[in-house]
Amino acid sequence: MGMGSDMYRQQILDHYKNPRNKGEMSEPDFSHTGENPSCGDTITMNVKLEDDEETIEYVTFTGNGCAISQASASMLSEELRGMTLSELDSMDTDDITGMLGVDISPMRIKCAVLARQVAQDGAAIHEGEIDLDETTTEEDAE
Amino acid sequence: MGTQETQPLDVASIREDFPILDRMVGGEIETPGEGSADTQPLVYLDNAATSQTPESVVESIVDYYYGYNSNVHRGIHHLSQEASVAYENAHDRVAEFIGADGREEIIFTKNTTESMNLVAYAWGLAELGPGDTVVLTEMEHHASLVTWQQIAKKTGASVEYIRVDDDGRLDMDHAADLIDDSTAMVSAVHVSNTLGTVVPAGELADLAHDHDAHVFIDGAQSVPTRPVDVGEIDADFFAFSGHKMLGPTGIGVLYGKQHLLEGMEPYLYGGEMIRSVTYDDSTWEDLPWKFEAGTPVIAQGIALEAAIDYLEEVGMANVQSHEELLAEYAYDRLSEFDDVEIYGPPGDDRGGLVAFNLDGVHAHDLSSILNDHGVAIRAGDHCTQPLHDKLGVPASTRASFYIYNTKSEIDALVDAVDDARQLFA
Repeated sequence: MGMGSDMYRQQILDHYKNPRNKGEMSEPDFSHTGENPSCGDTITMNVKLEDDEETIEYVTFTGNGCAISQASASMLSEELRGMTLSELDSMDTDDITGMLGVDISPMRIKCAVLARQVAQDGAAIHEGEIDLDETTTEEDAE
Repeated sequence: MGTQETQPLDVASIREDFPILDRMVGGEIETPGEGSADTQPLVYLDNAATSQTPESVVESIVDYYYGYNSNVHRGIHHLSQEASVAYENAHDRVAEFIGADGREEIIFTKNTTESMNLVAYAWGLAELGPGDTVVLTEMEHHASLVTWQQIAKKTGASVEYIRVDDDGRLDMDHAADLIDDSTAMVSAVHVSNTLGTVVPAGELADLAHDHDAHVFIDGAQSVPTRPVDVGEIDADFFAFSGHKMLGPTGIGVLYGKQHLLEGMEPYLYGGEMIRSVTYDDSTWEDLPWKFEAGTPVIAQGIALEAAIDYLEEVGMANVQSHEELLAEYAYDRLSEFDDVEIYGPPGDDRGGLVAFNLDGVHAHDLSSILNDHGVAIRAGDHCTQPLHDKLGVPASTRASFYIYNTKSEIDALVDAVDDARQLFA
């Protein structure tokens, strides 16, 4: 079996079928939405910060799309708890594949990193570093 | 032509002409071509995207580059003459294949999309204006939809869409309503690359001509899969691509009625398409060269002729009946599952493709799992995004068949779909 079967190992399927922290957030410090137009994947990440304005207290997400994108958002929502915004900012693609614990085929990598990109863009907007009026799209989610 | 007697294809012997069908897949993909980690036999069901290439077509390219590679129409040396004659003859062969009157009506382009753009720019920009409408179908490929949409914006013309009914068929009553004296162009797909619907192109042409409008038929999925006669349809323009009919990439065809092409200004300017040039002005070469600026697609055009030779040897009526056989079989097998939704008309009334979704599994996840089984299909919107919006799904999974495919390959597809179902249950 090739890459793809590894891609759908139990952990991914578990997070897809039983997503953690999925839902709205009443008073987030920031929320951001992104999409992957070619797949139709959409993710909104809602982030609540600690009083220090730097540490992530908890994260929820909403969205729909393929198993890779949704499982990645679910796992990231757990991973981000307790992280600082600068640690979030420094997460790269390898961190995401490491978190997922599987090889992601090149054509699917955009699905895997969408949630991370959305969280990073949301944080950057919150901190006034970028001014993104529109939602994050596939082109941004490199 | 539908009444023509057909013979079942000798698929086993056809497959021998396509070396790629023997390869294994599934290992690492950084290095193209079969590697030791590739252990799954390939089941290639993505023919509506691109078909595989038989040895005779590859050999025609090798023969050209090893034997008479040369630029055309500009040398009187021996090789250039050989290449020119072969390149011109390829136009004749294409004309004969689709029932055109001659090479003047056959323009070689890069692909169907470029053929569409050629007419949209060379005819549309000159002829369209406020008050004119371009009538499309709801199942147009982006090649047609986006092109006319944007040309309409440039010219002030408007675009209207003929409805697709719940069975995936074109609503011909709606077509008759929409096509009126404001209609300047009717541009319609012949066989839908998503629904498999076969559109009554001749009826659309009649409706268009009743109102002095032109009709452009997108034959990208029809010319590879069935006998097509542009004269019988009475199409004013007609386009298709070589790579979906056993030919190489980089070659498309635009057919246009001669008097229409003669009345159009060139789309691209440069060498090859001119008769005489001064510092102040230029005049154009005769058809079809007027529309083939620059060094044309010589090797690809010659290879397209070899592809046509192969298909005619098989027989286009036989190709069509094989396509229909496989489409119906796939439709029936996939219909066994309550959680599979198939888009388009019933199995006994469609071209050789089936697009579907498995409930609860995104098309991209499904295609990744099918890939584990060596099954190559297309997942996405198939360049018909508005149609998918209408269907209410972001994407679908499409299996599409050709002359070398078998029922047992469709069984492999169905088994893989079943595997995905269990994985996601």
